[in-house]
Amino acid sequence: MVADSAVRAFRRDGRIVIVGASLAGLRAAEHLREEGFGGSLTLVGDEPYEPYDRPPLSKQVLLGQVLPQDTDLPRRRAVDARWRLGTAATGLDRENRRVLLADGDAVEYDRLLITTGVRSRPWPQESEASLDGVCVLRTRDDTTRLTRRLAGRPRRILVIGAGFTGSEIASACRERGLEVTVAERGPAPLVGALGGVVGTAAADLQRDHGVDLRCGITVTALEGDPAGRLRRAHLSDGSQLDADVAVVALGAVRNTGWLEGTGLAAGPRGIACDAGCRAFDIHGIVTDDIFAAGDVARTPHPLFGYQFLSLEHWGNAVAQAEIAAHNMISPGTERRPHLWTPAFWSAQFGVTVKSVGVPSMADELVVTQGSLAERRFVAAYGHQGRIIAAVGFDQAKWMGFYQRLIEHAAPFPPSFHAVDRPGGGQQPVPARFPDPALPSHGPTVTLTGHSPSERRVVFTPAPA
Amino acid sequence: MPSTSPVRQILDQSNRADPYPLYAELRRTPVLRDESGVHLVTTYWEIRGLLEDPRISSDVRSRAPGTSSPLRGAAEDETLPPAFIGLDPPEHDRLRRLAMRPFGPPHSPRRIHDMRGELTRTVSGLIDALDGRQEFDVVDDFAYPFPVTVICRLLGVPKADEPHFRVLVDAALAGLRPTEDPAEQLRTAQRGRHELGQYLWGLTEEHRHHPGDDMLSAWATDSGPHGSLSPIELVSTAVLLLIAGHETTVNLVTNGMLTLLRHPEELRRLRDAPETAPALVEELLRYEPPVHILPQRSPLEDIEIAGTVLPKGEPVWLLLASGNRDPKRFPDPDRFDPTREDTQHLGFGYGIHHCFGAPLARLEAHIALTGLARRLRDPRLVADPPPYRPSPVLRGPRHLAVAFDGLEAP
Repeated sequence: MVADSAVRAFRRDGRIVIVGASLAGLRAAEHLREEGFGGSLTLVGDEPYEPYDRPPLSKQVLLGQVLPQDTDLPRRRAVDARWRLGTAATGLDRENRRVLLADGDAVEYDRLLITTGVRSRPWPQESEASLDGVCVLRTRDDTTRLTRRLAGRPRRILVIGAGFTGSEIASACRERGLEVTVAERGPAPLVGALGGVVGTAAADLQRDHGVDLRCGITVTALEGDPAGRLRRAHLSDGSQLDADVAVVALGAVRNTGWLEGTGLAAGPRGIACDAGCRAFDIHGIVTDDIFAAGDVARTPHPLFGYQFLSLEHWGNAVAQAEIAAHNMISPGTERRPHLWTPAFWSAQFGVTVKSVGVPSMADELVVTQGSLAERRFVAAYGHQGRIIAAVGFDQAKWMGFYQRLIEHAAPFPPSFHAVDRPGGGQQPVPARFPDPALPSHGPTVTLTGHSPSERRVVFTPAPA
Repeated sequence: MPSTSPVRQILDQSNRADPYPLYAELRRTPVLRDESGVHLVTTYWEIRGLLEDPRISSDVRSRAPGTSSPLRGAAEDETLPPAFIGLDPPEHDRLRRLAMRPFGPPHSPRRIHDMRGELTRTVSGLIDALDGRQEFDVVDDFAYPFPVTVICRLLGVPKADEPHFRVLVDAALAGLRPTEDPAEQLRTAQRGRHELGQYLWGLTEEHRHHPGDDMLSAWATDSGPHGSLSPIELVSTAVLLLIAGHETTVNLVTNGMLTLLRHPEELRRLRDAPETAPALVEELLRYEPPVHILPQRSPLEDIEIAGTVLPKGEPVWLLLASGNRDPKRFPDPDRFDPTREDTQHLGFGYGIHHCFGAPLARLEAHIALTGLARRLRDPRLVADPPPYRPSPVLRGPRHLAVAFDGLEAP
């Protein structure tokens, strides 16, 4: 009863601070108000903009169909919050429950939600990264810069990394009639997320659209002219490539650097949380006043062996933000687990790619509908006799069916008769994921295999 | 009630004005086998699950020999192959993608948006024509001529031919009405569809030589990266869209006006705040959808669902309008509430066969209902319930007499 009345008081006049003012932060704020949180709410964001939507940045915005500034997220309701935009959080004083800000200010909280997301992994050589023409794509400002460069009709664009972002950028370049080379360390595009079988279909798709795709290749150096403009790239096969623009698309880094030394279980892979979005400290003990949601959080998922999933998915950010918001203002017995089934989509080269479940956990896959050769298919992924994921190319409207198979632990290989069945035998084939021990930026899902009950007494967060 | 089978009750005209109590009773058994051999699915999650289940076919050729269904879609015809609504992937996907090229994204993202002005003018013209009257029929004077004008313009069909093909459209849909003589009914439907096809084929040939900015011209002359529609595919697609353009929006607009007149506070709200039209139309698509039943599905294998089995090859009817009133999905489902935030209705279906014309139908309904709400002075129902058309599938009033005290200025 004591706890209940404390929760009631907190709902009425507690102080909540949300660090990270993008999709997850905004949706959490809205959900807090929706559920009747009447206290004070502060949103801290390092970018100067109100929350905006990122998926269009690498698609419609790069194509010039939407202006970068026209991507504001639609608001579901008024949030009555204090906005501290353009001010990064630089530290956390857990003892006194204060978030420290870059401008020297500090904001006090009773409960904290961390939704700081990720940033693009920068090119490792700083001097090369600062060459005029070397870009990344994550923020609205990044997109404005890249769009301006594309409008200048560069002779060739080099995209470094063929994950989803790199592939979408290459697609937009081709649609604008620009020459583009994609350099990918792995054997195929999207291989980290979807495996080599589907990656091969993605490779054919890129080449059919005129991309100069080079797999099994790394960029060893970027070279500038005397004026500091990017001139060419050196590749690991000894060749050179003239390019005016290089887009570094080597995946994302979690924004946890500001939490270093705070004793939270925060590191390069994100902030470890329980299924209720409460952050762990470095001893693996759950905190009760610090929550995390969105790309920066990783939580154990019962469907996938209680492994900690960290997902850079739009839908995950929304669902997890709502769960975190609910749990922040609810007594223990009313708290909910974040049980969202992973799902994401991408649009590239005229194809809509949609995925449900966790493909990268799979050993094998089987095409259940359509055909890989026509690049119009659904592939079901299996792990230890269970369907654990499905990926569709231009077959998005079936994915709800596969989601239920995953949620109900349906057997793999599946034996059902579907419309549009591929001809011939449907023998599962190896899904061909790269060895996870090899360095790769590819997967949007990281499986780290640490259950909440596992004891970890030594855990030193490395600088993110 | 128990003495009469569910399918007979659905077909019974006396249930047409208010089929919802019947649906509520049927929902007690989410999946029910009727004595006719038809399996009825009436609950939201089961319907939605089947609409995205690749183990169920929309092609009546997947039916087992000897099965029959008292309702037949327009696709069952030997003279003209089925349009994409009656096909499964991969053919469905190819045809629908080609049909979409001149209609919507990605190839024609602005087509519907750019029709807004023309739609508004058409609605204004139809309302202006009511000047000086005290009473009108929402169906014949407004909700029918409006979408017909629009679909004619969109497809490139001369409006002057309307009396001719109206009869053919009506015949082609004979299979969706109850009948005592199924064989004769099938012949009527086939003849109607066949003649419509011939008519549209003649038109297409004209457009091929003198193309305009309409969809028939685009289909006849367009050749995209995925090829083009063959002549027979083009005709069967055009027949489908001409019929669909005729027979669905008329119900949406008429049901909408009827519902608004039964809820005068909502009519006033729409008049004073036209920006609420989109939310109102979504709730309308849930509450009184234009298409009540999808009667054309059959499983490709036995499907376990809701504790029972839908056997391979047997006819399955999906009762969309019942799913929309499922209390397990929508709280207080029999209440018309345009402020409802959660309105993921089945009014346009779901999955790969989700209504092709949905963006157009939405815009038509927004403009039509807002126009009526703003300009009719003190409108009221003359008869409630109004007389209904015979089809339990494309369900809506045959006439809707409304009295009013003159028009507001446009």
